[in-house]
Amino acid sequence: MVESIESWIALLLVGVMLSAALVALLSRSHLVAVVSVSVLSLGLTLLFVLLKAPDVAMTEGVVGAGLSSLILALALSRLGLLRSTKAGATDE
Amino acid sequence: MSREQRSLEWTPLLFSGGLAFLLFTLFIATMFGEPPMRAGAMIQQAGGVELGAANLVTAVVLGYRGLDTLGELAILFASATAVGLVLSTQNGESDKQASVFPDKIFLGEIFESASRLLMPLLLLLGFYIIIHGHLTPGGGFQGGVILAIALFLPALARSGEIPLNHATIRLVEGGAGTLFILIGLMALMQGESFLQPLLQPGEIGALFSAGSLPLLYLAVGLKVGAELAALLVHLSGESA
Repeated sequence: MVESIESWIALLLVGVMLSAALVALLSRSHLVAVVSVSVLSLGLTLLFVLLKAPDVAMTEGVVGAGLSSLILALALSRLGLLRSTKAGATDE
Repeated sequence: MSREQRSLEWTPLLFSGGLAFLLFTLFIATMFGEPPMRAGAMIQQAGGVELGAANLVTAVVLGYRGLDTLGELAILFASATAVGLVLSTQNGESDKQASVFPDKIFLGEIFESASRLLMPLLLLLGFYIIIHGHLTPGGGFQGGVILAIALFLPALARSGEIPLNHATIRLVEGGAGTLFILIGLMALMQGESFLQPLLQPGEIGALFSAGSLPLLYLAVGLKVGAELAALLVHLSGESA
């Protein structure tokens, strides 16, 4: 089933992605959820590289890991759900 | 416990099950390198010769499936317009409070200097990826997103200073979309199909090769970049 080094790397990546997804689902903080979704996208990017699809990997890295987390973070801050400790300290 | 909470608790389990199924198919059931498709081999043989694009993905995206790319651009345009519409009506009701940057928060010397340093480099990288779309992996969509992030970075660092105003962004976006369609229509006027690649394929691997594909990708990149930059500016709540 698992014979080459690529398969082991893929297995490791999928493990990282799975734990990132679980963190995103279970975490209380919205910011942590956004960051872990970004980590999941980064793992998916490396998986695409491993599968020899550099175009798809590039799209996933730029859109999934970069832009969509930026959009999510901006949306959270518009909704007033983004609370980092520093911003909370300066607000009060 | 209410029904909604109970269904929320089921979500991680459902997700884990789906991922286990994905892993199963990934390592056992999928035969890598033997896709059940018929057109792929033909395109791989003919694509380089017919279109002169070293990157076969570009040959498919713009040469053989240009109409689908136009459809993607239309979807992106529709969604960006919808976001702009929704957010602009919200802006009318609540005033400056909705902005992400309330009162010129200074995010720190390092972040500001780094954004000033990174912005031209990111612009260069974005244009590089767009212009070399027919040679190396990447192209209009990826480069366009990098352009949008490069344009938005100074706004993030300097609390809402956008290097381009809204009219310029709209102009670039509209012009790029028009360029894409005009290139398609020019092929139609020469008696070919809509979006048929024009000009000579040229030498494979040269920067000026693959006919009109680099022009199309430049239009795609500028449109995506302008669109997403406008979307990010809208989302950050600045009326630049």
